[in-house]
Amino acid sequence: MAQSVVVQVGQCGNQIGRCFWDLALREHAAINKKGIYDDSLKNFFRNVDTRRNGDGVDISKGKIRSLKARAVLIDMEEGVVNEILQGPLKDIFDSKQLITNVSGSGNNWSVGYKVFGSQYRDQIVEKLRQTAEHCDCLQCFFIIHSMGGGTGSGLGTFILNVLEDEFPEVYRFVTSVFPSGEDDVITSPYNSVLAMKELNEHADCVLPIENESLFDIVSRINQMVTSGKPGTTVKPESLITLNEGGIKKKLQEKPFDTMNNIVGNLLLNLTSSARFEGSLNMDLNEITMNLVPFPQLHYLVSSLTPLYTLADVNVPPRRLDQMFSDAFSKDHQLIQADPKHSLYLACALLVRGNVQISDLRRNIERLKSALHFVSWNQEGWKTSLCSVPPVGHSHSLLALANNTCIKPTFIELKKRFTRLYKKKAHLHHYLQVDGMEESCFTEAVSSLSSLIESYNELDVTKGLPIHDPLRLNIVI
Amino acid sequence: MSVVTVQLGQCGNQIGYEVFDTICRDLHNSQGFCCKRENEVYQASCKEHFFNEERSGVPVARALLIDMEPKVISQTLLKAARSGRWKYGQHSHFCQKQGSGNNWAYGYSVHGPKHEESIMNLIQKEVEKYDSLRGFSTIMSMAGGTGSGLGAFLTQNLRDAYPNSFIINQIIWPYGTGEVIVQNYNSILTLSHLYRSSDALLVHENDVVHKICAKLMNIKQISFRDVNQVIAHQLGSVFQPTYSSEGSCQYRRNPLGDLMASLVPHPEFKMLGLRNIPQMSENSLSYTTFAWTGLLKHLRQMLISNAKMEEGIDWQVRPPLLGLPALEKVPHNKESHFNTSIANLVILRGKDVHSADLGGFKDPALYTSWLQPSDAFSEWRTHRAFNKYEKSAALVSNSQFLLKPLDTVIGKAWNMFASKAYVHQYTKFGIEEEDFLDSFTVLEQVVASYCNL
Repeated sequence: MAQSVVVQVGQCGNQIGRCFWDLALREHAAINKKGIYDDSLKNFFRNVDTRRNGDGVDISKGKIRSLKARAVLIDMEEGVVNEILQGPLKDIFDSKQLITNVSGSGNNWSVGYKVFGSQYRDQIVEKLRQTAEHCDCLQCFFIIHSMGGGTGSGLGTFILNVLEDEFPEVYRFVTSVFPSGEDDVITSPYNSVLAMKELNEHADCVLPIENESLFDIVSRINQMVTSGKPGTTVKPESLITLNEGGIKKKLQEKPFDTMNNIVGNLLLNLTSSARFEGSLNMDLNEITMNLVPFPQLHYLVSSLTPLYTLADVNVPPRRLDQMFSDAFSKDHQLIQADPKHSLYLACALLVRGNVQISDLRRNIERLKSALHFVSWNQEGWKTSLCSVPPVGHSHSLLALANNTCIKPTFIELKKRFTRLYKKKAHLHHYLQVDGMEESCFTEAVSSLSSLIESYNELDVTKGLPIHDPLRLNIVI
Repeated sequence: MSVVTVQLGQCGNQIGYEVFDTICRDLHNSQGFCCKRENEVYQASCKEHFFNEERSGVPVARALLIDMEPKVISQTLLKAARSGRWKYGQHSHFCQKQGSGNNWAYGYSVHGPKHEESIMNLIQKEVEKYDSLRGFSTIMSMAGGTGSGLGAFLTQNLRDAYPNSFIINQIIWPYGTGEVIVQNYNSILTLSHLYRSSDALLVHENDVVHKICAKLMNIKQISFRDVNQVIAHQLGSVFQPTYSSEGSCQYRRNPLGDLMASLVPHPEFKMLGLRNIPQMSENSLSYTTFAWTGLLKHLRQMLISNAKMEEGIDWQVRPPLLGLPALEKVPHNKESHFNTSIANLVILRGKDVHSADLGGFKDPALYTSWLQPSDAFSEWRTHRAFNKYEKSAALVSNSQFLLKPLDTVIGKAWNMFASKAYVHQYTKFGIEEEDFLDSFTVLEQVVASYCNL
């Protein structure tokens, strides 16, 4: 089975990464009761004999000795990474996997990309190589970063380029946290638009996340949990926002952890069918193959359902069909978007747990009339069935939509960029960095504009009558 | 005497397992409705075809498991070993670490050439175990990447390496929607390539089998396992031993060759479909008795009205009056169209099999004008019952049955191709727009040929 490497960059990237690793350990611990190092664990973890000197020797089979995360942790400050190293997850990382600095990128994309990029390139390549060499079949890099700051945005997209140069065969999946409207980083529109150009050109697939959406989901769950209505007690380990049973303790929870756990679960569910058995497998390479009809249109809107499972077994389980309906509702998307009222280019349903093909088919039949698909992909459904459910649930669904509903996010970003750029506000902080020129800004914004235009061109076809192109004529 | 089954990709391996398991369970079925001696000969013949005998006594399937990702193969090997009835050979599988990602081009142009030598060696080693090789039967889905792309590549290689052996491809036709988004591209590439190198394509439509599970087998929550078991039953009903001729007690030596000889009289027509009657859940089976007259009347109407199962048959469809010019036949997209055949083979198994009257299948009006019913129709009768059915009939048909599904797949793929969507995923691995156009041309030709029967 193939392996994946997580590259977590910047404060946000490392905070999400920490949640992801905690949840990943929890998931494998729940399934792998005997403590055997198996192929599914191998996907994200090495098994190392730490008693030996040096780097430790990988043990391919047998009992779990010491698990090491297939990860590279990069930040230009020390805070978050140090917390990770002193916290309960310290044993799965070692110093060889880290790159840190103390000065920070000052919320400046060009400091991250240009200054630290060139300064750290060799080190980054070396750490990536070391990590890659521990894999016998490296399939995918997962980059986790945010778009609005300096390090995640700048250095994160620099690393994306490095990965393309050094590992052209390996997929690059990027989880990008987009800035929200009331972002406290004033330069975040610059950073995001500059980063967008890199995502456009060098990522295989991007999973955009917005903190507002995560926040709304957290509030809705809190309301449910604290409502105190009879029969609404929630199984704590099933909450998509919590890590009950993970290594981290309640006291060590950080304010953003509840939100970041959602993203951690997203990554677990995304990779579940590649890690565990099922009657309809979906490998990571199938995601891009099915969901990316044109190279640049690789932004996938995701939604996770259910958000929790009720603890009281006497309450009838939330109907399976409800899980499918929820996945298409606005409230469950991980960005502020409404796929139902926009145009689908393609849609994937990744199902875990006790669900069969007939359940999937019934729900697709039921839901598809309310959805709009592009004329040439009227039946643009990709599905997978993984038999292992997430911790605390009997079943779950991750929906990935390549949908024009992402467009407003990009338009908003462009608007906020233009507002700053017209006044040339803060521009000098960028232009004083070596290698940064005004053309970087104009090129970045035109890259974004052409992306928006691609979605526009598709959007105008929505609702038009479909004319089948003339078929080849065969003369007999 | 032997046929090597090649199981390809997730689908091919899951179905392959069910096929061998069904065959094996049928052998141990005590209700064979025949005498002990007859049963023993049947068992021996079946084992000779499908299994190698091993010292341990557990039969070893004459099958190779090929996938580009390890999960399915390790599960399949384990399931077979656990059954205790049979198992796969110790060195009969080949897998890699990373699948073809639903990309036909990746299976065909990357995995194919890269692993050609290892896989062909594996096949060679298997073939060397037999005194004589009759042919190959591959099981593959055409939706994904490995079964379809690697399957097409391997079929070509088998044709080159074993020019005198028969090759039949068991094709799993994907659901119309909801499996793989690029399934129509993968399908047209697969079909057009197989059409060049295979002897026959036996098609199993997931939508049809799913309906059989729901309507005839009465299964509420249908899993892939249920679907695969129905396909396995249908395949078993054809490939389990059959008497070589009327009244003989000799089993057929070369069923695959005989099947091709009966059903594929012309290389332009090699799409075969399968219909079975009766099919029902085990519970209902014990309360039902069957008469050959009724079963065959239904089966004939299923054939001419192109019904895929015995429920919902259109009894209005009648064979056209002979002598009318072809033009007056209703075009194929009309619902009540009569399904014209090139050739049919009916396989009967069970009680009083010799009393069954197959006259209805010998009507010249059922067939294309250029074949006599005596050439176009074959029947195989075997006294030994199959898989708990006291009486059962299977119809393998080379007819217009696939026109509509084929036309739909081509249409959807063409629609997508017109917008160039997803094409970059294929050109990345060397399959160019030209190759797509070639495939479209081949298949439009096939549609036109079947249309004009």
